[in-house]
Amino acid sequence: MSSQELIQDLKERARQLRRDVVEMVYRAQSGHLGGSLSAAEIVAALYFHQMRIDPQNPQDPNRDRFIPSKGHAAPILYAALAARGFFPREDLWTLRQVGSHLQGHPDMRKTPGVDMTSGSLGQGFAAGLGMALAGKLNGQDYQVYCLLGDGELNEGEIWETAMAAVHFKAHNLIPIVDFNKVQLDGPVSEIMPIEPLRAKWEAFNWHVLEIDGHDMNQVVEALAEARRLDRCVVIIAHTVKGKGVSFMENRHQWHGQPPNEEQYRRAMEELGGGQE
Amino acid sequence: MAGKLEMRECYGQALVEAGRENERIVLLEADLRKSTMGELFRQEFPERLFEVGIAEQNMIGMAAGFALTGWIAVASSFAVFASGRAFEQIRQSVALPRLNVKIGGSSAGLTDTGDGATHQSIADLAIMRALPNMTVLSPADGIEMKGAVKAMLEVDGPVYIRVGRIAAPTLYDEDYKFELGKIVVMRPGKDVTLAATGTMVHVALEAAELLAKDGIDARVLNVHTIKPLDEEAILAAARETAGIVTVEEHNIIGGLGSAVAEVVSAAGGGPVVRVGVEDVFGQSANSYEELLAAYGLTPANVRAKAQSLLQRA
Repeated sequence: MSSQELIQDLKERARQLRRDVVEMVYRAQSGHLGGSLSAAEIVAALYFHQMRIDPQNPQDPNRDRFIPSKGHAAPILYAALAARGFFPREDLWTLRQVGSHLQGHPDMRKTPGVDMTSGSLGQGFAAGLGMALAGKLNGQDYQVYCLLGDGELNEGEIWETAMAAVHFKAHNLIPIVDFNKVQLDGPVSEIMPIEPLRAKWEAFNWHVLEIDGHDMNQVVEALAEARRLDRCVVIIAHTVKGKGVSFMENRHQWHGQPPNEEQYRRAMEELGGGQE
Repeated sequence: MAGKLEMRECYGQALVEAGRENERIVLLEADLRKSTMGELFRQEFPERLFEVGIAEQNMIGMAAGFALTGWIAVASSFAVFASGRAFEQIRQSVALPRLNVKIGGSSAGLTDTGDGATHQSIADLAIMRALPNMTVLSPADGIEMKGAVKAMLEVDGPVYIRVGRIAAPTLYDEDYKFELGKIVVMRPGKDVTLAATGTMVHVALEAAELLAKDGIDARVLNVHTIKPLDEEAILAAARETAGIVTVEEHNIIGGLGSAVAEVVSAAGGGPVVRVGVEDVFGQSANSYEELLAAYGLTPANVRAKAQSLLQRA
């Protein structure tokens, strides 16, 4: 595949993931759309290109790991895992149902391919650091990717981990901030501003790659760059909450609200044709 | 037997001994390793000791990460911080995913005597006991501490262990075999039962001596495993004696006393009297003994509670 074909393929993957996310949350009538849609390109690039994973061997000790520290983005993770064949795509429609292996937030004991239970904000990054250091201690070369929410950066624990990761030279830990500018109660800039974000990470001695998180070229390049550099690298991905569905974009109301039937139809129309 | 052993040193030594036998153990510390005695582990295995600074939440998360890749991760802090500051990390990132993380709650109970209420833990057993998947240990002396540490490392899952900041009177011989989840009958008896945990076991034993002088034959149980609780031994005591007096260096709400009362009442009832800190915070004191006396954690008070239970019965 040429690099242009790769980018086209990943863009298409991201579009399909978005469709599955909307479908899942519509059917469940519960779940977090906005923060899943904003991360579609990032998750598509990780699961269909960057990460070394084997759906036939989800517990491979040498696999790359992914922790959605912003665990409410579970739908986009589930969509990617299903698309990679970790479990049947039909399972997606059981999201949040009693007995389903697809919990509202990721549960490593229930869902094949989920590397860590997450959902209480601020915690997944720390577990990622432990995993990264264990890999170094084991002499393994896997990478640990953590998807952090911008609202999640309000949590003090994130900065404990940011401080410790540099101290321990956890260069195989790659946090990606899904900087969609909106948290549950409103705009991040009003609820609890996190700017200047680049300067914050730099003050903690991180190397910052700042990208447009919806530009697949930039996402793919940043992931490769982060892996190549022998230092702690954070990717700040500027994104749009609810990306891909016009009436959901940039609106905090769509953080955790399911669409009704009419909204669902409009959303699926905007996201384009599905694969059957 | 006889003599005293520092509980913290036994904790640290046991980790070192385990570290020699098992290369897959890491220890995480949050700037208290010289107090928790995790320092002993660092001296022998510096590459397996992670000093995270004063950041208990990150420490527990990191421990979870190590456990996720096949390591046995032990994290120590003061009991009050481990069970309090990092509670939610323990709940979400350790207990829920059932990870192989061991938490050492040091300076437990009132044993951080001088530092006062902020540093004394009177709710850790209650907090940890309420978490699914969690095993909760509270050893009675230095020998048992070593056995308990060894046993907890053999459990495949989360364990919380209470470690006092005291030299505790030694109750066991070196050849004592710790059996997780199994109450030890320290002294047989048919009139009343004194069920104690941690270093309160020796207080209960002294109380039993006093009761013997009153002509009362007290059974003394060492409940070193708060969870899973040895229900059989508790129910046998409830059946075979007039009632149970529980003794713990902990709030009377939620700890050993509550656990025993839950089991006894579910089986049809019977008197349970709880001796412990009576739902107040601790305070500073010059000596540990003074503090125990202030909260009624003495052989004399246990004896009095046992006597009143027998009068009611």
